[in-house]
Amino acid sequence: MSTLIDLILLTLMAITAIAALQLKDLFGAVMLTGIYSLLSALWFLILDAADVSFTEAAVGAGISTVLMLGTLALTRRDEKIPSHPRILPLFVVAITGAILVYGTLDMPAFADPEAPIHTHVAPHYIEKSGEEIGVPNIVTSVLASYRGYDTLGETTVIFTACIGVLLLLGIGRRREDDES
Amino acid sequence: MMFEVAAVALFPAMFLALARAIAGPTVYDRVLAVNTFGTFTVLMIAVLGFMTDQKDFIDIALAYALINFIGTIAVLKFFAVGDFGYQQESKK
Repeated sequence: MSTLIDLILLTLMAITAIAALQLKDLFGAVMLTGIYSLLSALWFLILDAADVSFTEAAVGAGISTVLMLGTLALTRRDEKIPSHPRILPLFVVAITGAILVYGTLDMPAFADPEAPIHTHVAPHYIEKSGEEIGVPNIVTSVLASYRGYDTLGETTVIFTACIGVLLLLGIGRRREDDES
Repeated sequence: MMFEVAAVALFPAMFLALARAIAGPTVYDRVLAVNTFGTFTVLMIAVLGFMTDQKDFIDIALAYALINFIGTIAVLKFFAVGDFGYQQESKK
């Protein structure tokens, strides 16, 4: 049953991605990437990664749609049709994909209990995090306590980046030349 | 069993909303299709939560509904004002 739901969901994602590539109307493509972000957020949630799913929904479906629309306001709405076929980019993408696939070949099998990631600190977190931290969700206890300083640093980086983007876009500043 | 039927019944609606988002033709068709699709995502999260007996999915579904609402407002404001950079009254 859940396999059927997974299959339909992944089919929806594939349809959305291909349609976003094919559309010549860039506003429609931006809307389709919003739908794709919602679908991948749902998919992350099915994979039990609630924090990744929240990030995907807020950043993918929320902020990046808005940023792309802001970009569209500065450029044109229809896609420029390339006059000649692009061989070199296709070649680079194919080579990069082949290298990435080659890099996965010596990875441990999926859900292998002997994989290095499952033998180092993960058993400690699974067994002890409940009594050491007192948070029922293990991911939350790792994020907010075991590596709390790292999360604090991440938040500072995102906050600084956010302030920089706001200053560059001039949000909140009024347009002087309109007011007399 | 009831939740499985609900989950499968949601998919045709999602496909139809996706078809409208792809076909267009106007801007408002697409905005409404994305908003509808977000609503279906929220419903799907709630149904999946009850199906797999993870009741905290309801909270996540509520947060998604808020994100969906704010995103739709942002897109519509973009079309009403033209950009996000300035206050609305200064455009007059």
